[in-house]
Amino acid sequence: MKKVRCALIGSGNIGTDLIYKIQRSPVLEPVWMVGIDPASEGLARAQSMGLKTTAKGVDGLLPHVLDDGIQIAFDATSAYVHAENSRKLNELGVLMIDLTPAAIGPLCVPPVNLREHADKVEMNVNMISCAGQATIPIVRAVTRVQDVGYAEIVASLASKSVGPGTRANLDEFTYTTSSALEIVGRARRGKALAIINPAEPPMIMRNTISCLTDAMPDRARITQSVLAMIEEVRKYVPGYRLVNGPDYDDHRVTVFMEVAGLGDYLPTYAGNLDIMTAAATRTAELFAEEILAGTIKLQPQTTEAA
Amino acid sequence: MDLRGRKIIVHDMCLRDGMHAKKEQMSIAQMVAIATALDAARVPLLQATHGAGLGGNSLQHGFAPHSNEEYLRAVSAVVKQARISVLLIPGLGTMRELQSAYDCGARSVHVATHCTEADTSPQHIAFARKLGMDTSGFLMMAHLNTPEGLARQGKLMESYGANTVYITDSAGYMLTEDVRRAVAALRSVLNADTEIGFHGHNNLGMGIANSLVAIEEGATRIDASVAGLGAGAGNTPLEVFAAVCERMGIETGVDLFKLMDMAEDLIVPMMDHMVRVDRESLTLGFAGVYSTFLLHSKRAGQRYGVPARDILVELGRKKMIGGQEDMILDTAMTMAKERGLLKT
Repeated sequence: MKKVRCALIGSGNIGTDLIYKIQRSPVLEPVWMVGIDPASEGLARAQSMGLKTTAKGVDGLLPHVLDDGIQIAFDATSAYVHAENSRKLNELGVLMIDLTPAAIGPLCVPPVNLREHADKVEMNVNMISCAGQATIPIVRAVTRVQDVGYAEIVASLASKSVGPGTRANLDEFTYTTSSALEIVGRARRGKALAIINPAEPPMIMRNTISCLTDAMPDRARITQSVLAMIEEVRKYVPGYRLVNGPDYDDHRVTVFMEVAGLGDYLPTYAGNLDIMTAAATRTAELFAEEILAGTIKLQPQTTEAA
Repeated sequence: MDLRGRKIIVHDMCLRDGMHAKKEQMSIAQMVAIATALDAARVPLLQATHGAGLGGNSLQHGFAPHSNEEYLRAVSAVVKQARISVLLIPGLGTMRELQSAYDCGARSVHVATHCTEADTSPQHIAFARKLGMDTSGFLMMAHLNTPEGLARQGKLMESYGANTVYITDSAGYMLTEDVRRAVAALRSVLNADTEIGFHGHNNLGMGIANSLVAIEEGATRIDASVAGLGAGAGNTPLEVFAAVCERMGIETGVDLFKLMDMAEDLIVPMMDHMVRVDRESLTLGFAGVYSTFLLHSKRAGQRYGVPARDILVELGRKKMIGGQEDMILDTAMTMAKERGLLKT
C-alpha cells in the first residue's frame, strides 16, 4: 500500500522515538531526519535505520522536499526555530506536526479534536506538551458531561526522561499546558504543575487530573465518560492506565493516571515521551489516510516571514 | 565548637513555611501582626506567601484566603527595616509570578528545586538577578543527594546567578555529620563571595544542632521560624536559636527577648495544632519524607482508614519528593484497596 512520506526535524529523544512509531505505521513512511549536530546519536541511528539525514537544519532538507515527495513534517526542535521551519515547509505544501511549545497552529489532542483539524486541512497542528496529551482527554471527558470552572493537573516525570530543552524552559511548559486545559479541555480556568522526580529505578510517568464542577458532579455519567475516553487514548497509547479514581469529594473530581511507554527509544518509564510521539503519529495518520483516499489535498501556503 | 564573632543572617519562615502548619489559612491581619513583630525584633529577612510559594494556590497545595500579592503588599507596607522574600519552585511558580511578587515589594527569593534538578532553575535565577533581587538557589530534600552531588548542583545555581546556595533539609532527616559534609562540599566549590544557607526542619529535633554545624562549615544564612511555626515538626525555632547564638557569641543582630515574647504571645496562641515532634512528624524525619506531607497524610489516612504513618513510610519508600502531594491520596487509595477497605 502507498504511504505518505515524512520528514523528522530534530534528532533528540522525541525525533528519534518518532522514527520507530512512524516506521510501524501502515500509512506513514519516515524518509528524512534533520539535525544540526553531525555527531548526534539521533542522526546516526536514523541513518542506520535507512533514513536520509542532514545536519544542516531545515535548509538542508528543503532542496529535497519535492523530489522525495515529502508531505508531512514533524518538528521536535524548539519553539524558537519552529516558526521559520513551518513557514519554509508550508510554502512547499508540507503539513507541519508541531511538537514544540510554539503553538502557531491549533492545539491538537487526537481523541478530542483531531477530526476537526483534518476536516479544515490545517497545515500546522500543535501537540501542546506531554502533560497536555496525558491529561486533556480526561478534562474533556468531564467537561462533556458538565461545566468545569477549574481544572488542575499535576504531571510527575522521571528525571531521566526530561531533556535539556524542557528543563531550561519550564515556564513555557506551564503556560502552554495551562492554556490548553482551557482551550481544548474546555475548563474555564486551567493550571498545570510539573514535578521532576529522580528516583531510581525511574518512576513511570504519573498524572493527576482534578476538576471542580459547577454543580455537584454526576458521578455515574462522569465515571462512564472518563472510562470511555481512556479507551480512546489506549488505541494509540496502550500504556495509558487508570490507577485510582475517579474520586469524588464534594465538587472535586480527581483521576489518577499512569502512562507507560512502549520502550521504543527510551525505556517504558518515559511515558511522557511516548504519549507525545504517539499522539503526533496518530495525528499524522489521520491526515495521511485522507490524503491517500484523495479526500483532502495539501496546498502550498505562503505566509509573511516572521 | 568556637563560633565567637561569626556574623549570620537569620531568615524567618513563619509567614511562608508557617502557612503549611496553618493549612494555608493565615489571615492578612495575622500576617501583618507577625511581620510587625519580626520587624521590631530586627529580623533582617522574612519570607511570606502561600506555603508552596509563588503559584502555590492550587488544589494540590490548598487555596489560601488571599492571593500572594495581597499578602506581600500588606506585609511590605508595615516593615521598616526587614526585607521581604518569597519562594519560587519552577514547575509550580513562574517568572510572571516573580515579577508580580517583586512589584508587590519582594526583594529576595529562594529559587527552589529538588536537590538533583538544579538545571530547571536557570531562567528563574537569572530573571531574579535581573530584577536586582537577593537570589538564593535552594536545594530541597538535600538528604537525597551526596555531598559531591550537592556541590555540583550548587555550582550550577551559582553559574545561573545565585548569590547564595542553600542546603535544605526538607524532610528533617539530616544528622549533624550529613550537614557538615554537605556544607563543606559546597564551600569547597563555590566562589568566595557566594554565601551558603541552611534551612532545617525539626522532625528529629536536630534543627539547632544542624544549623550550628552549618555555620561552623561556613554557612552565613540560617532559616528559622519563631516558635518553629512551619511544616512537619516545624522549622528551627528562631527564638531558641537566637538564644543559643547569643550564648555562643554568634552575631545575629536580633532582639532575643522580643522574639521570646512573640513566640509566647503571638505565634503559639495562633497554632491550630501544637507544632512539635509527634508520631507523624517524627515519621517524616525518620523515613525522609517531605515535611509538608504531614497534614495531607493525616487527612488521606482518615478518609480511607489507613494510618498516616503507614502512608508516610510508603511515600518514603517510593521516593516521592516535594510537590507530589497528589501521590498521598493516590497511595492511600492503593493501600486501602490492598487492605480490602476500598473496592477496586
